[in-house]
Amino acid sequence: MDDGRISRHGSGAKLWLAGGWLLLALLAAIFAPLVAPQDPLAQDLMLERLPPFWMSGAEPGYWLGTDSLGRDLLSRLIFGARIAFIVAFAAATAACLVGSTLGLVAGYFGGWADRIISRIVDVWMAFPPVLFAILLVAVLGTGLSSVIIAIAVIDWTRFCRVIRAETMGQSRMDYVENARIAGYGRIGIMLREVLPNVVPSIVALLSLEMGIAVIVEAILSFVNLSISTDDPTWGGIIAEGRLSIHQAWWVLVFPLITLILTVLSFSQFGEGLKARFDPVLR
Amino acid sequence: MSACLDIRDLSAVLPNGQRVLRSVSLAVQPGEVRALVGESGAGKTMIGKAVLGVLPSSVRIVEGDMLLEGEDLGKLQPKARRTLIGARTALIPQDPLTALNPSRRIGPQMTDRLVRILGWSGEKADQRIRQLLDEVQIRDPDRVLKNYPHELSGGMRQRVLIAAAFAAEPRLIVADEPTTALDVTVQKQILRLIAQLQREHGTAILFVTHDLGVVAKISQKVSVLYAGKVVEEAETAALFAAPQHPYTRALMAATPRYTDPFASLKPVDETVLAGLAAEIASADQAWGRPHG
Repeated sequence: MDDGRISRHGSGAKLWLAGGWLLLALLAAIFAPLVAPQDPLAQDLMLERLPPFWMSGAEPGYWLGTDSLGRDLLSRLIFGARIAFIVAFAAATAACLVGSTLGLVAGYFGGWADRIISRIVDVWMAFPPVLFAILLVAVLGTGLSSVIIAIAVIDWTRFCRVIRAETMGQSRMDYVENARIAGYGRIGIMLREVLPNVVPSIVALLSLEMGIAVIVEAILSFVNLSISTDDPTWGGIIAEGRLSIHQAWWVLVFPLITLILTVLSFSQFGEGLKARFDPVLR
Repeated sequence: MSACLDIRDLSAVLPNGQRVLRSVSLAVQPGEVRALVGESGAGKTMIGKAVLGVLPSSVRIVEGDMLLEGEDLGKLQPKARRTLIGARTALIPQDPLTALNPSRRIGPQMTDRLVRILGWSGEKADQRIRQLLDEVQIRDPDRVLKNYPHELSGGMRQRVLIAAAFAAEPRLIVADEPTTALDVTVQKQILRLIAQLQREHGTAILFVTHDLGVVAKISQKVSVLYAGKVVEEAETAALFAAPQHPYTRALMAATPRYTDPFASLKPVDETVLAGLAAEIASADQAWGRPHG
């Protein structure tokens, strides 16, 4: 009893911390033009490589310092959050819809449907994901929608595998057989009886996938395959920061911290939500 | 009047050709409780699943007929068969833990079937469910209907399942070891409840169990099953008074008694098992010849 309470309390704190960071980042992204202290694209070579606010030589208004072209780092991070969140939501949702649907069908119907879908997943997963993404973007052309499509096309298998396994487990339960005896149709049983029991896993995966999408977008930006180089993206800033690591470490470190916090928050938020959603765990 | 359930020469095989049901025949008359007894793996549950149309896809029925109130299930289209089975039968399952959908509240779960399958109005279904919950002696139906399954004890869940099974007024209920997963103290209450509801509703029950004590309490007729073959069939009283088949006698000898718990715990005798094996082999041979 006590153990349950402690772990529930722990998951609650995690949920709030992770959710808090995500909400903060999301609000910053939405209201970027209002909250960003500077124009993220404005260059000023008089202000190049200013250090963050607590170090000597910092300028007021440039809280996290500037990069080698004198652009304000905090403002660039805030505008970068826009792209990160758009990619996270769009790509993760698309991957989730495709993967969960196929996983549900494979897990519930089994037989030929399962064999075909599972083989496709096996083949898909044999491609190294990052190379696959780079290849896809190279073929589709750079741009926001290409990045989103690439992530969805690569990562639907994550949803498919997990949801297939969960659905299989649920389908063996007696309540599914009972529904069969009562005379429900198979698709009705899949949607009404089985689906609600795999929703907690879908939610957790969805949140995790958003984190992964943020990373993949950063990787693609890093190799210059995301959107145009003018728009600030977290991966792009990291790539620039790498070049000036010895003169201005902050240009590399702050976007890294932002990225890590965001990805971590997505995964923890998903876990917390799953615990909340699941009537058995609740 | 035709039998409620009439199974004739039912044989089923696994993909490797091994027979799991060996020309099983049994009839359940309206309002009668027929016990199906045997050790695990004897095919008791398989017969229940065959009747309800939920056999695992690996098991194939190769011979025999099943008549539900005179209608041949094998001759119906799959959809018509599902509808018929849904309207006339119900299952009281073995494990009340997994037989209720964990993510749905008890109330909608119970009324759903009446509304969707039988086309009742929501109000009528709700009244019916409350009446049944009262019959299974659930005192606070309002709370139970709002609960999720995991919020109820095993005994309560089994009561809910019994109420759900009787709610649609089926003609035949398959009770698949309904007390096995429960505490001994709860077992007795549940058994009494099933017997009581069975009498009041006049429902025929195919009662699958491995427990001869349960057989004696609840059933009018018994079929003893071994390796998918009915080795003895009799009125319950007659069976206990004078078991004919050596296997039945051995089963009875293997039932522990309170007076002398250790002396009476005898495993089934080697010679009996050898006799059974010979019986099964000859049955398979006789069956295999015309089928090639």
